[in-house]
Amino acid sequence: MTERVAATPGLYPLPDWAKETLSDLKGHQKGDLLSGDESEAIVEQYDEVRAEYVDDQLDAGLDRVVEGQGRWDDMIAHPLTVHDSVETGGIVRYYDNNNFYRDPRVVDDLGFSGDVARELEAATDLIDGEAPLAATLPGPYSLADLATDEYYGDEAAFQAAIAEFLAGEVEAFPAHETLFLLEPSLVTNPPAEDAESTATDAIATVADATDADVVVQTSYGALGEKLYAHLVDESGADALGLDLVAGDRDDTVYNVQEFGATDSIALGLVDGQNTLVEEPETVAERVEWFASQVPTEGFDRTYLTPNTELFYLPANKYRAKLNTLAAATEVLE
Amino acid sequence: MVRNPEANREQFRPTDHPNDAFLLTTVVGSYPKPKWLNRADELVEDPDSKFDEDDLAEAHDDACRLITHEHERAGLDTVVDGEMRRNEMVEFFADRIDGYEFNGPVKVWGHNYFDKPSVVEEVSYDEPWLVDEFEFTSNVAERPVKVPITGPYTLGFWAFNEAYPSTEELVYDLADLVNEEVEKLVEAGARYIQIDEPALATTPEDHAIVGEALERIVSGIDEEVRIGLHVCYGDYSRIYPEINDYPIDEFDVELCNGDFEQIPTFTDPEFEPDLALGVVDAHTAEVEPVEEIKENIRQGLRVVPPEKLTISPDCGLKLLPREIAYGKTENMVTAAREVEAEIDAGEIDVENPLDD
Repeated sequence: MTERVAATPGLYPLPDWAKETLSDLKGHQKGDLLSGDESEAIVEQYDEVRAEYVDDQLDAGLDRVVEGQGRWDDMIAHPLTVHDSVETGGIVRYYDNNNFYRDPRVVDDLGFSGDVARELEAATDLIDGEAPLAATLPGPYSLADLATDEYYGDEAAFQAAIAEFLAGEVEAFPAHETLFLLEPSLVTNPPAEDAESTATDAIATVADATDADVVVQTSYGALGEKLYAHLVDESGADALGLDLVAGDRDDTVYNVQEFGATDSIALGLVDGQNTLVEEPETVAERVEWFASQVPTEGFDRTYLTPNTELFYLPANKYRAKLNTLAAATEVLE
Repeated sequence: MVRNPEANREQFRPTDHPNDAFLLTTVVGSYPKPKWLNRADELVEDPDSKFDEDDLAEAHDDACRLITHEHERAGLDTVVDGEMRRNEMVEFFADRIDGYEFNGPVKVWGHNYFDKPSVVEEVSYDEPWLVDEFEFTSNVAERPVKVPITGPYTLGFWAFNEAYPSTEELVYDLADLVNEEVEKLVEAGARYIQIDEPALATTPEDHAIVGEALERIVSGIDEEVRIGLHVCYGDYSRIYPEINDYPIDEFDVELCNGDFEQIPTFTDPEFEPDLALGVVDAHTAEVEPVEEIKENIRQGLRVVPPEKLTISPDCGLKLLPREIAYGKTENMVTAAREVEAEIDAGEIDVENPLDD
């Protein structure tokens, strides 16, 4: 019997009070965004935000708790935009959304940072053993896709360097049960024909750096067939995360039927980009719909997740979506 | 297909216009709010303050009068009130359309947020959105008043859609409501309407949806009413020449920001609506000199003849310091008048406008 796990990859919206206090403390311009050496006053605000995120998740009853990534001004590009070897360029569009991040221009060797590990240490203290921790990082393919290389010289070398950097970060993480690697670019801007293995090797490099369950979470629709097959076979993921909300979900089901799957699976069931709050029963039906077409009993774990990060939502709706996910696992029991 | 811009352009030529050539000068809409108005907006929220909603309405009236006159002082042929009553281009309308609700701000980038509304049921028309503000501005203005309205594509796609099977269907319902509003504005005397669709720039593949929405918006609207469409900050080659099929009189573009690199896009095939060309940058805090703006105006003559060229800033000027916004507007009008005189004198070859 598959173990059902309600979890999210984080990147939550700031609580409304923090939107105000942090914009007052930091400002609104490009140069005001986080650089990783923020003042004590700003650190204190983020400490409170983190505590609120942990409480939200424990209150909802999620099976994994994330740090929430309130500090990630540049969304999943954050681990680079706060890195010493990176200069931030102009504001660029974040996928096909009305959201923008600073273009990280990698200008030097990407050594160890420890920025994300510090956040996770703080989250671990707050969780205090009440639930297992899930860590979140961008996957190396997407992070390379979102960044500009001005140092390594070619695409494959850049992906490999980013993978090594992320693996080094993971090795410094405190104990975590699950590692989410967010890889939206695999759908929106997939690797060229015959370059799939470069991407999956990079993912495997990061996945190999932890003993935790590694979920490679994709978004914005179905993966291409060939890429899907490569990911199952080569990425080292314990679970591929599949978006069942956006795009054509029949294509996703076809991929699983045709090319098999990872030992576990993550299903993006709750819409991270719409305020309509799904009923737990609806989410449960989506799991059952998926199960009716592929044998989910064969999976070690089935993660119930949102299809994207949740920062797109107003704070009240993000909380409601956490509750929905946790309640959906109960409906299925 | 394009409406009939020739049928409505001359009404905006001032009786004392100094030149034969007439480059219609206008603005996109928003203008920096006076500092005291921002304070007034905050004060009305303060429970300890005696400043109430009536006081705020008076402050809005004062600000609209002030900015309308500021536009006239700059010499514009058509004016707006600087959108002093509006907060944000989607929020303002969502607040007036039944079917929307607000749940709180969402992130755009960094610490810049937007109160992105949700459509929770079928949208419907209740009270007029802009008729009062148009009547007020029209009464205080000596020049014709242009009315900017956020378009249905932007109102639909920059909201969360909880209620409609597809956002396209929501857009068409919203277009019908915009049509109702335009009819009421026309009844109140409006002759120049601008539909703002910045969202099209981010998803140019949806140009057909915008085209269908425009058909609904102009349905039953007489040709003496000038209908403009403003789209900014995008790759126009992805919506051109499709926009030649739009039922509009004028297409308003932001090209100064990109140094007019996209001008050749519009030269083949022939540009059909009138061109409203952005000739001052809305996001640089330096006032362009008149000579520089005159060069920019000549870029527009590469696309259309003078009788089809409208002169405007790239976009709304609200993010600029007010004196910079005024300086840009005043220089823009001066430049247009000087170019007209040079055309009259035969000093500019309109066939080869970049030649000296």
